[in-house]
Amino acid sequence: MTPWRWLQTLWQGRRIPLAWLLLTRQPVRLAVALAGISFAGILMFMQLGFRDGLFDASVTIHRLFDADLVLISPRSTSSVSMAGFPRRRLVQAMADPAVEGITPVHWNLLLWRNPQTRGTRSILALGFEPGDPLFTDPALAPKARLLTQKGRVLFDEQSRPEFGPVAKWFKSGRTVESEIAGKRVRVAGLVGLGTSFGADGNLLTSSETFLELLPNTPPGSIEVGLIRLQPGADPAAAIERLKRLLPDDVTVLTKQGFINFEQDYWRTSTSIGFIFSLGAAMGFVVGCVIVYQVLYSDVSDHLPEYATLMAMGYKLPSLLGVVAREGLLLAAFGYLPAYAAGQGLYALVRGATQLPVAMDTTRAVTVFTMILVMCMASAALAMRRLADADPAEIF
Amino acid sequence: MPLRAIDLEGLSHWYGAGGTRRQVLQGVHLQVAPGEVVLLTGPSGCGKTTLLTLVGALRQVQLGSVAVLGEQLNGATRGTRQRLRRSIGMIFQGHNLLRCLTAEQNVQMGSDLLPGLGYRARRDQAREWLRAVGLGDELNKLPHDLSGGQKQRVAIARALAAHPRLLLADEPTAALDSRTGREVVELLQRLAREQGCAVLMVTHDPRILDIADRLVRMEDGRLLEGEPAPMHPAIIQ
Ligand SMILES: Nc1ncnc2c1ncn2[C@@H]1O[C@H](COP(=O)(O)OP(=O)(O)OP(=O)(O)O)[C@@H](O)[C@H]1O
Ligand SMILES: [Mg+2]
Repeated sequence: MTPWRWLQTLWQGRRIPLAWLLLTRQPVRLAVALAGISFAGILMFMQLGFRDGLFDASVTIHRLFDADLVLISPRSTSSVSMAGFPRRRLVQAMADPAVEGITPVHWNLLLWRNPQTRGTRSILALGFEPGDPLFTDPALAPKARLLTQKGRVLFDEQSRPEFGPVAKWFKSGRTVESEIAGKRVRVAGLVGLGTSFGADGNLLTSSETFLELLPNTPPGSIEVGLIRLQPGADPAAAIERLKRLLPDDVTVLTKQGFINFEQDYWRTSTSIGFIFSLGAAMGFVVGCVIVYQVLYSDVSDHLPEYATLMAMGYKLPSLLGVVAREGLLLAAFGYLPAYAAGQGLYALVRGATQLPVAMDTTRAVTVFTMILVMCMASAALAMRRLADADPAEIF
Repeated sequence: MPLRAIDLEGLSHWYGAGGTRRQVLQGVHLQVAPGEVVLLTGPSGCGKTTLLTLVGALRQVQLGSVAVLGEQLNGATRGTRQRLRRSIGMIFQGHNLLRCLTAEQNVQMGSDLLPGLGYRARRDQAREWLRAVGLGDELNKLPHDLSGGQKQRVAIARALAAHPRLLLADEPTAALDSRTGREVVELLQRLAREQGCAVLMVTHDPRILDIADRLVRMEDGRLLEGEPAPMHPAIIQ
């Protein structure tokens, strides 16, 4: 059948759009239903957005590393409690023919003193040899040279304002000095990294300065080892070889594995996932109740009319279809404002918290599916009321 | 075409169960020929509406034979009753129009039941019927904006739009003043006659009795036939 014929058939089969008219000729009830659905949708968007955003934000730094494989200590549980392992292991990894280069990285949370208010706050500090590649972003290399001088740090200008107006002062040409763990440091430059879940701010420094700030670090111990492979090398095969080569006081991960390691911690060892999923579920339940109420009272109000249609010879399934279509329409029209508001609120949250919250297709589809289920389940429940329509009682 | 539009034999009906069980119809016999207009009168509570719902396939038959348009309803399945209802037009005491539909859309709910007709044809038919009941100018009004008589006329148009062969009406003039009531009933009778559609109408209104081919009186669940009404040609034959 050609599309034209098909359209014609569709037009010929057209019926009075009863569901649409039932909804639109009662604007107040429709508004209540749409407000309820949108509210539920927005709640789900926010809760799921926060959840995904937080998991995503936990790996802001992890994503930046210039590495194919990463060595960490098996005792490390997350970015906020990284354990050390012998730096020797990283050097040993160089023996593998696929390994092109390595970067040992010190990683710890240190107390930074706000140069303006003198208050202290925990900041993530990374220490590395200024000549080694650290991040994939090439903009870091020239700044890293500034770290060769002792007591110099690169400050992340996206750090939260609680660390002080460091970036502003620095840009205005002021010399910014502060204290870390009681030792004087000077800001040698600014970098843009981004806050993460475990760290409100970041700074980079040389291994030398890092060890000075943390004199208790066991000699030769690092927290993270970055490994770059030869172009075209198979990371999976390299991991297998390294696992055999190295003793089990280190864990070998791919870069993605390192990212997953961090996200899994927040997902499984904290109640964040549960709390936000619960929030979304609440939205779902509230939406269900509202849509059910609206559809139920709609069916109840029109019961004599439904009975009349039955008396005219309309079949029960076709009337159930009307209620189902009402649910479908509500889902579609309730979703749109929720989607729009979700976009707006995400932008607001990004501005206020620097959390990487954005609308993604998966979440958009998830929320739509939940709204659809919500409306159709409510419609199915409201349909039971239709069984009370008795055409014998309308004479 | 069946010989009779309605053929009731020994129709009895009870309401309730156990101790509260009450007999409402007691062995009713009634025949209505195709195209015949029969008026049913009787005191309140004598079982007229019950009879109408049984003939209209809205209620399960308990005892007796109910043949409507050639279809036996005693023991008929839900599906059969549903299908049969499409050939029976019903007009109620209240107009029972769909509040959210315009006059035209309400009538089209009737013509939408016709098989094998395109949308445009069904819509044109709906307009045609509204013109026939004198509401050609009120097509797009909601029931809310129509007078009682107009609403009842829309209901008539809706009932006739499905091309019924039998029309059941339960006190269609009850909510109307006497002049409007007379007009509506005359309209109903004329249109039904044009369609060759049999009519069984319950009424308390003595001023409209003259439109009938035959009057039937009911008392206590029994029909008292033999009222001096002119015999319909279909019956004589
Ligand atoms: N669904 C029902 N359940 C039980 N009893 C009923 C039911 N419907 C009607 N009755 C009773 O059956 C009897 C006949 O009712 P019916 O409605 O058929 O009378 P009617 O002749 O139409 O009366 P009216 O002129 O007042 O409309 C009445 O006594 C009524 O109370
Ligand atoms: Mg009655």
